[in-house]
Amino acid sequence: MATEKVKCAIIGSGNIGTDLMYKLLRSDKLEPTVMIGIDSNSKGLALAKEHGLVPIYTGIDGFAEQAHLADIVFEATSAKAHTYNAPILKRLGKKAIDLTPAAVGPFMVPSVSLDTHNIEELDNVNMVTCGGQATVPMVKAISDVVEVEYAEIVASISSKSAGPGTRQNIDEFTETTARALKEVGGAKEGKAIIVLNPAEPPILMRNTIYVKISEYSDEIHQNILQRLNDMLEVVQSYVKGYRFKADPVIKDNIVTVAVEVEGNGDFLPKYSGNLDIITSAAVKTAEVMTDSMVTKGVSQ
Amino acid sequence: MTQSNKIVFNDVTLRDGMHAISHQYSVEQIAQLTKLIDDAGVDIIEATHGDGLGGSSIQYGFSKETEKDIITTAVKNAKNAKIGVLLVPGIGTIEHLNNAREWGASVVRVATHCTEADVSEQHIKAGIDLGMDTVGFLMMSHRTKPELLLEEAKKMESYGAGTIYVVDSAGALTMDDVRSRVSLFKENLHTKVGFHAHNNLSLGVANSIVAIEEGADRIDASLAGMGAGAGNASLEQLVAVMNKLDIPHAVDLYKVMDAAEYVMKPMMKRPVQIDRLSLTLGYTGVYSSFLLFAERAGKEYGVDPRDILTKVSEMGAVGGQEDWIIGVAQELAKEKINKS
Repeated sequence: MATEKVKCAIIGSGNIGTDLMYKLLRSDKLEPTVMIGIDSNSKGLALAKEHGLVPIYTGIDGFAEQAHLADIVFEATSAKAHTYNAPILKRLGKKAIDLTPAAVGPFMVPSVSLDTHNIEELDNVNMVTCGGQATVPMVKAISDVVEVEYAEIVASISSKSAGPGTRQNIDEFTETTARALKEVGGAKEGKAIIVLNPAEPPILMRNTIYVKISEYSDEIHQNILQRLNDMLEVVQSYVKGYRFKADPVIKDNIVTVAVEVEGNGDFLPKYSGNLDIITSAAVKTAEVMTDSMVTKGVSQ
Repeated sequence: MTQSNKIVFNDVTLRDGMHAISHQYSVEQIAQLTKLIDDAGVDIIEATHGDGLGGSSIQYGFSKETEKDIITTAVKNAKNAKIGVLLVPGIGTIEHLNNAREWGASVVRVATHCTEADVSEQHIKAGIDLGMDTVGFLMMSHRTKPELLLEEAKKMESYGAGTIYVVDSAGALTMDDVRSRVSLFKENLHTKVGFHAHNNLSLGVANSIVAIEEGADRIDASLAGMGAGAGNASLEQLVAVMNKLDIPHAVDLYKVMDAAEYVMKPMMKRPVQIDRLSLTLGYTGVYSSFLLFAERAGKEYGVDPRDILTKVSEMGAVGGQEDWIIGVAQELAKEKINKS
């Protein structure tokens, strides 16, 4: 039984928007139909046109005039832009998947939140940050076993993969990620650190996750290791290049997990695992949304 | 010597020195040291976790005292010196800076890796909006060419920084390296220029003097060199040399000699000195605060900490990447087993 693909629009024709397009072109549930930008010279919009998408050069206003072209809208611009666009998308009856730190809607980390959220009731979800997508699942895996007093993450990313948006708003990264460690990861306190590394060839995204647990026993130890392995597989189901950099260690009530993310190399180079993990998570979220839309008969 | 303006001393005993004591100064020690440094005539006293505001963490080590207690204790005990804080974007945030300002800090040094100045824009602007003496601090300056370092400094100038530092975080610059960087800054920037040394190659004082010869306006130093790695330029040693060279400043030599000898040195947990490990930092160009981490990891995994530092240097680690050390130690330990 062939199901009609759900139509998607991408706002933002930069690196993230373009990478998203390539991932959507591969999806068997989603079809990218529109890319929305504001720069008629944008390389992303030219590529979109080449791949059969409708390019819109006049921003959200241009899309509002042809809103029938898509049901799900990915926001790959800036927090400021999404704060402006979100109410418009809501009025148009679109589902918004927000890859900016605007956090208009609830945080969405697919490996964790899809079990707990009623996705069909949400019209706007926020994809946290790249660091959040890479680390929150591991914190949640541990907090599923034992109470987590404190979670701290250090994300190292290559300088080349950090665009001007990240650089001008680095506090948004640390603050939003720290909040997600608590709200989604289940830690009582959270802290996030980001380091940009200019080494050549560019480094892969690497995250060190430190989790202080409230109690320890051999059984807890075994359960944590088991749960971390399970969670790794869940994340790998939508981010192939997500893996342990070293075996998780538990010492003095602190669990240390190091993960590395190699990108898929769709549009962005493989070292950009940090960008890949958030676009992959967004596509996964849209696919699950699609299932709920189909079962409710929205798109049929 | 054409130097005529007074050199501004920025003491880092209570900030870089935090690394050397694993961030464990007590408020009593902070009070005592602040009084001594202030009374000796130092212009600015920086007091924060070694990694700056928000640095207290599993990654870098937790401070013994809260950020508030560290800063307010320094503020309360300084009669003349201004109290400064370090802010590394990615670790500390503008919210941390707002608090520090409220607690009485009036100088902020916004620090980035030498090629990443554009992450400092928001924070430099925030420091200026708060009415603070705002400084750009280009760490690991040995890792880029002087001309490229200047480009980064110009970015910080465009954001409004009033002083920009060449920071030798790894103590890896030789004297001509310092000369070329500081002189380029002086020729091309309209800001004041500063220099921050580490003594890993035994060039802390010499490099600071070279920076002054090239026109640097601000110089970092600490009592007995208290700081990461082999420490910073030692305040008492630098003052002695500056006196001999007739370089004007406001610091009393005997007072800093006494404070270094009778107060600072007895507080040290591990002597701040040039030894095979701190020398390796300067030799391979590794961020100085990696010293204690590499030493501990070496013991734990039974590998030579010099090999850890060398490998970390080859990987291109920058300041703040202490988490790479354990990973490298584990890999070296595995290699060792495989070989035997």
